[in-house]
Amino acid sequence: MNSARSDSPPAAVASPDEADDREDGPRVALKILVAGGFGVGKTTLVGAVSEIRPLRTEESLTDASVGVDDLDGVAAKTTTTVAMDFGRITLRDGVAIYLFGTPGQERFWFMWNELSRGALGAVVLADTRRLTASFASIDYFERKGTPFVVAVNCFDNADHYDPPEIRTALDIDPHVPILLCDARHTVSAKQVLVSLVEHALRLAGGTRRV
Amino acid sequence: MDPSDVPGAPRGPGRERWLDAAAGPIVRPYAVTRGRTRPSGEPLDIVAILVATGRAASEPGRLSRHQRRLLALCRRPHALADLASDLNLPFGVIRVLAGDLVDSGLVEVQRWAAPASPLSPSTTYVQPHNDPNLLRRVLDELRAL
Repeated sequence: MNSARSDSPPAAVASPDEADDREDGPRVALKILVAGGFGVGKTTLVGAVSEIRPLRTEESLTDASVGVDDLDGVAAKTTTTVAMDFGRITLRDGVAIYLFGTPGQERFWFMWNELSRGALGAVVLADTRRLTASFASIDYFERKGTPFVVAVNCFDNADHYDPPEIRTALDIDPHVPILLCDARHTVSAKQVLVSLVEHALRLAGGTRRV
Repeated sequence: MDPSDVPGAPRGPGRERWLDAAAGPIVRPYAVTRGRTRPSGEPLDIVAILVATGRAASEPGRLSRHQRRLLALCRRPHALADLASDLNLPFGVIRVLAGDLVDSGLVEVQRWAAPASPLSPSTTYVQPHNDPNLLRRVLDELRAL
C-alpha cells in the first residue's frame, strides 16, 4: 500500500504510522455467500458471526437483470430499492471476510452473479421441513463452480435427519460437506464457515477456478 | 412481495411509487450518477478495496458532494460494500461514482497479487479466493476466533 506520496497535499497524507492504516482498512476482502430459502435463517447466521450492516441495491440501475427476471416492462422501469444485509469479519493483517445473504427470489439473480464472481464460496442453508427450497441454490453453485457446503439449520420443531439422508434427498455430490448447525449460535455458525474454507482450500489446491 | 402491493401505492398506467423515509433521500439514483447506470470501465466488485491515491483533483469543483465524501473515506482502504453502507447510497450508485474516481486517478483499486509459484513469481498471479496460503491463514484465524 502506498499511503504517503510525494505529490500529496499535506492535509491528505495518511497517518505516518502505516501500521495504524493497515489495521484501519482491509487489504484483501473475501466474499462468502449465504443462500437458502426464505426464512431459513440466512440473516441469523450472518449475524451470529459478524456485525450486520445494511446495504441498499438499486434494481433499475442494474440492467443486467433484464432478461434474467420475468418482470413486466412497467415494473422493470420503476425504481425499486432493495435492502439486503451483509456482515464483515475482520481478521488480522488486513484480511476481511464479507458475508452476503443472497435474496432468494428470482428477480435478484443478477445480485447472485455479482456476488458469486470471485467468491471464496457459499453456504447453502437448508431447513429439513422445506428441503426443496435449497435445490435452486445448490444447482446454481454447482453450475458456477463455486465451492459450497450445505448447512442444515436445526430448527427446534423440525424432524431430525442425518447428513447421509439429506445428501440422498438433495442428491449432493459425495465431496460436498453437509453439516448440521444452529444458525443462532456463534460457535456453530463459525464451524459452518470453517468447513467452507476447508472445502475451498481443498479445491484451490486442485483445479483453478476463475 | 411485489412492491406495488404496498398499501397506498399508486396504481394504474405509469404508476409511480413513493418511498418512505426508510428508503433514504428522495433523489432518483440516476440523478446522482448523472443518468448513468453502469460505470464507464470494468465494473468494480462489491468487495473491491478502494484507496485514495493522494493525487489532487484537477477540477475539484466537478466532484459531487457524494464523491467528495467517498474520496475522504478512501484515505483509508474501504471495500465498496462498506462505502455504500457508510454513505447510505445504493450499491449501483456507489459503483458508478467510485468508478469515476478510479478513472480520474483519484482512487485506485487495491490489488491482491500473490505469486502463483515461488519459482516463477512474475508470470501468473492468483486471485484471493484461489490463493491457498491466504485461505490457510483465514482458516487458522477463523478457528481461533
